[in-house]
Amino acid sequence: MSTVSTPIATGSDWNFEILTAYEREIARFAKEYRLDIYPNQIEIITSEQMMDAYASVGMPVGYHHWSFGKQFLSVEQAYRRGQMGLAYELVINSDPCIAYLMEENTLMMQILVMAHACYGHNSFFKGNYLFRTWTDASAIVDYLVFARKYIAECEQRHGVTAVEQLLDACHALQNYGVDRYKRPSPISSEEEARRQQEREAYLQAQVNALWRTIPGKAPSDESQAFVEDGDDPLGLHQYGHYPPEPQENLLYFLEKNAPLLESWQREIVRIVRKLAQYFYPQRQTQVMNEGWATFWHYTLMNRLYDEGLIDEGTILEFLHSHTAVVQQPGFDSPHFNGINPYALGFAMFSDIRRICEAPDEEDREWFPEIAGSDWLETVHFAMRNFKDESFIQQFLSPKVIRDLKLFSLDDDDRDEMLTISAIHDERGYQRVREALSTQYALSLREPNIQVWEADIRGDRSLTLRHVQDARRPLGKTLYPVLRHLHQLWGFAVKLESVEDDEVVRRYQWPLPGDARDSG
Amino acid sequence: MTYFIDRRANAKHKSAVNRQRFLQRYRSHIKRSVEEAVNRRSITDMERGEKVSIPAKDISEPVFQHGPGGSRTIVSPGNKEFVEGDRLRRPGGAGEGGAGEGGASNQGEGMDEFAFSLSREEFLDFVFDGLALPHLERKQLRDLDEVRPVRAGVTRDGVPSRINIVRSMREAQARRIGMRAPIKRALREAEEALQEEERKDPVLRNPTRIHELKAEIERLEKRLEAVPFIDTYDLRYNNLVDQPQPTNKAVMFCVMDVSGSMTQGHKDIAKRFFLLLYLFLERNYEKVELVFIRHHTAAKEVDEEEFFYSRETGGTIVSSALTLVDEIITQRYSPAQWNLYVAQASDGDNWDDDSTTCRDLLMSSLMAKLQYYTYVEITPHSHQALWEEYDRVQAHHPERFAMQQIVEPGDIYPVFRKLFRKRIAQ
Repeated sequence: MSTVSTPIATGSDWNFEILTAYEREIARFAKEYRLDIYPNQIEIITSEQMMDAYASVGMPVGYHHWSFGKQFLSVEQAYRRGQMGLAYELVINSDPCIAYLMEENTLMMQILVMAHACYGHNSFFKGNYLFRTWTDASAIVDYLVFARKYIAECEQRHGVTAVEQLLDACHALQNYGVDRYKRPSPISSEEEARRQQEREAYLQAQVNALWRTIPGKAPSDESQAFVEDGDDPLGLHQYGHYPPEPQENLLYFLEKNAPLLESWQREIVRIVRKLAQYFYPQRQTQVMNEGWATFWHYTLMNRLYDEGLIDEGTILEFLHSHTAVVQQPGFDSPHFNGINPYALGFAMFSDIRRICEAPDEEDREWFPEIAGSDWLETVHFAMRNFKDESFIQQFLSPKVIRDLKLFSLDDDDRDEMLTISAIHDERGYQRVREALSTQYALSLREPNIQVWEADIRGDRSLTLRHVQDARRPLGKTLYPVLRHLHQLWGFAVKLESVEDDEVVRRYQWPLPGDARDSG
Repeated sequence: MTYFIDRRANAKHKSAVNRQRFLQRYRSHIKRSVEEAVNRRSITDMERGEKVSIPAKDISEPVFQHGPGGSRTIVSPGNKEFVEGDRLRRPGGAGEGGAGEGGASNQGEGMDEFAFSLSREEFLDFVFDGLALPHLERKQLRDLDEVRPVRAGVTRDGVPSRINIVRSMREAQARRIGMRAPIKRALREAEEALQEEERKDPVLRNPTRIHELKAEIERLEKRLEAVPFIDTYDLRYNNLVDQPQPTNKAVMFCVMDVSGSMTQGHKDIAKRFFLLLYLFLERNYEKVELVFIRHHTAAKEVDEEEFFYSRETGGTIVSSALTLVDEIITQRYSPAQWNLYVAQASDGDNWDDDSTTCRDLLMSSLMAKLQYYTYVEITPHSHQALWEEYDRVQAHHPERFAMQQIVEPGDIYPVFRKLFRKRIAQ
């Protein structure tokens, strides 16, 4: 389109008419780019309200817990001292998609944020397979309302401290409150409240059935070893393990099986688990999500400029801020703080477009399927069907590796020195790509821990298994976590680190005597 | 598809509950930190909030994590001179297996201290937590000198600045309606009569009557116009009446020895103590006045600057100051209206015979008027006559008289807490 119109507005002041006008223009272009979105609910808030929103980790309605207060205090501190600007926007994966705009933002920033959040993130939430599978955007706000009410009621009935301790324990395990293979069903607030009642009754009955067996004499370790030798004349152990298969969802297992929890406690475990499930896709798509949103704000802003809807001053201000967002300091810079997901994601999506539009020899060799294809089709395909790990595996191009000067470093504690295993050269691309992809695999970032056995006929202890990878041990936070787990389970909790089918280390809580561990 | 909502007017501080929960949970930590701050900082800084840090490990929320050790591969950006196969020395600590050139910082251990700010109010809450002013009693209503104007409806007279416009206009409107109604009625009747007259056959008309009616109508219209839009009679004023108030104000007498034996160090300690007390009183009373009295052999009321910073030499007669306090009370601060506090700081020196005089003065006249008397002796040495005499005063007034010794600045806050700790009500 060559018709150049006059800018809708200039300068840095905004008002609702101007925002509405820009929003309409962005929506028009977004449609051309086939960005499919949830309806937008754009809320203008003050910086103080933004700090509040921030502290509740982006939940529009949150239950009360001291950890959110801690979050708030640290945000406030950093903001007051000017160490950190507040995020210009916050967007919530809900239907309608709620985006917060700060009133302090300049006009340029508001337009940028609308493009970034209301069209970038929003279309990602609606399109990406993980979000489609694991979260229910239409039900989340309702569910949060239910959770807040329910927890407040529990506080009234059982005391703030009791609820707080329970939440502490659940929070410690929330990364292990995720179903990786089953999709949760959508439910609304009233529905949830009704079901909660039924569940309460049913669950307790089930737990009772499971624990009906009155434990006999708790077999000591020696006698267990004895039994494992096959000498079990009375068949006491013929039922085998419980659970029969290892369980990856610790909170789910506790909710259904912990013998001593009361029904309201089970419900709270469930609430934390549900919310962990809701945030699970976000943890796995950071690079993609931010990259996608950044790619689109960049594209849309430039489009606005090309159409003459924003003036030169605005686009320069935009470029200034955009450059800051996608900056990637090197590993040796004092500003280095890991890989910037905005930078990596933006570079990758931009590069996909480049590969489609202007492929060179290298691209044809590395990406034969997408080189020269329709770029819009390809970026949408990439957005919909991948998570960080597989996205990098699939689309990290040699050019991006070169641009970011990525290199991989082997760190082995048996070796006195570190080794540079690959750099951005012909021989290294493939390995850097693999290594970076692995770095984003959630299964490797977090220790792999599963419920191994609940000794329901013996001493009621719970045994977890940590599948250790490359000899990487558990950090020292494990004891506090085990303590929390012990609170929930009610009986001794054991943890075994296993590597290559061999138990390399054992931990347990409560500690046996004074020994730090029994391994 | 898209709608905008302006939420700016909505409540902020949505996190207030969570913030309070956090402060509650880490009360003991914060208190410790506040105590350190009080001792560390000059107390002139007390007016603002405080940055508090808590060891991060105490408030961490533990999750399962990878510990250091094992083998792993880290991808980092910004390679400059490395080539494949380069071997590097492991940076940083010996025990720390991770952190390849900072490349592992996404695994970050976080900061050692969790720092945040308390507002001034919160800070002082912690500073004075568990402290109480002994005998904090509102002065009785028997002397009704203290009054406060309160609103009491509206009146017909008052000063222009207190006009109640809405009520005045309402009165005016009512009056206008009331005054115009009979005139309007008469006017209507006259007009009807005139019309009737004019409808008659011209032969039957009574020209005199028509003339009369016209005159009447004109007269009534004039009267109608003459009804004033607003009259002094309509004016209403907001009324204030004076209501007797229980006294909620205090005077704090700062009494300090400025004789040659008091060094600047002593004075700084005394100053901090006075400031703490002042802040504390300020939290309990609406209004706190300060009276500075310094003395060597003679006492003098001075301003703050002179009180703390000018130097004098010579001997010490404490009773001169107490006499002056007594005089000032009699002249300016009636015990019926004021809560009286005296804080005295000294190094314990006194003229030989004077200490007994002090005791007599306190016991016979001063103590009866005061809410509380605190005495701090700033000296590393053993006590002298003054302390012993005061000891006897305390025995008589264990509720209202308190004394403590301060050796170094670090003692100020603990001593202060000791002097004002909450006593269990009997």
